[in-house]
Amino acid sequence: VSSTLTCRKLVELVTEYLEEALSPGDRERFEAHLMKCEGCSAYLDQMRKTILMAGRLHQSDIEPAAREKLLAAFRDWRARPA
Amino acid sequence: MVEERADVAAQPDESGLIGRLRAGDEATFEALIDRYHNSLLRMARSYTRDAAVAEEMAQDTWIALLESLGRFEGRASLKTWLFRIFMNVARARARKESRTVPFSELTPAEENAKPGEGSTVEWHRFTPSWLPRFGGHWISTPGRWQDLPEEQALSSETRAIIASAIATLPDVQRAVITLRDVEGFEAEEVCNLLGVSSTNQRVLLHRARAKVRRALEPHVPGVTS
Repeated sequence: VSSTLTCRKLVELVTEYLEEALSPGDRERFEAHLMKCEGCSAYLDQMRKTILMAGRLHQSDIEPAAREKLLAAFRDWRARPA
Repeated sequence: MVEERADVAAQPDESGLIGRLRAGDEATFEALIDRYHNSLLRMARSYTRDAAVAEEMAQDTWIALLESLGRFEGRASLKTWLFRIFMNVARARARKESRTVPFSELTPAEENAKPGEGSTVEWHRFTPSWLPRFGGHWISTPGRWQDLPEEQALSSETRAIIASAIATLPDVQRAVITLRDVEGFEAEEVCNLLGVSSTNQRVLLHRARAKVRRALEPHVPGVTS
């Protein structure tokens, strides 16, 4: 990262920032840019919310046919002698 | 309508859960399939375009899980165990079909990608880089998204947007974001499961998240100040 970190460059580094994979110097430049840039700070916030929302995706329903098949397989397994 | 379900994965001590499963408690099994089946399907879709084959792979994973319950010692979480079994199912199928497991196979573009390069956000949202002092800045800055209500389920619209964004990702990106963000695995576990380096894991995750964010952007309500 050059000493001038543009917005266009910053968005490319967001995952490395969140994964704590940036060097201390890059991290400092990243955070300094965020402090004075509302656009990038909103972008980072959007990214955090995207991750949170993806983490709630598993609250969804299974196809009824697949559920029935799985439960049938479970009953078969249960009925088998141990 | 999806009601708020207790997250079966969130239990710190899984021994009770395993015990109920071994005892043949159907409600416990049903909670598990509700929680994980769709993610298994998403993973399977990184192996095959065929919905019926994907469903079969997910089913095979559950059956293998039940059959291996006797060997489960609780050293790994049940979630880790389940996805390891899925990877074994995929590898076994790949052997039978004389092909390689695609999860760790990167496209040439991904292979050559370095962290920090690429087009996370469309280039036209920034001023041209050659502009002295003002190059590479936002032309229209991203809006502040509304805070997510604590622990509330996503609306079906939001869920559909995220699911379809993930479904259209390149295979390995879909596998990485499913494990990392949907299932909440640590980076290291994802590297182990998929057999990718930590740098590649990060590049893949970055691209996948960027695309999901872009899909969400027109839909998420902003903060009106």
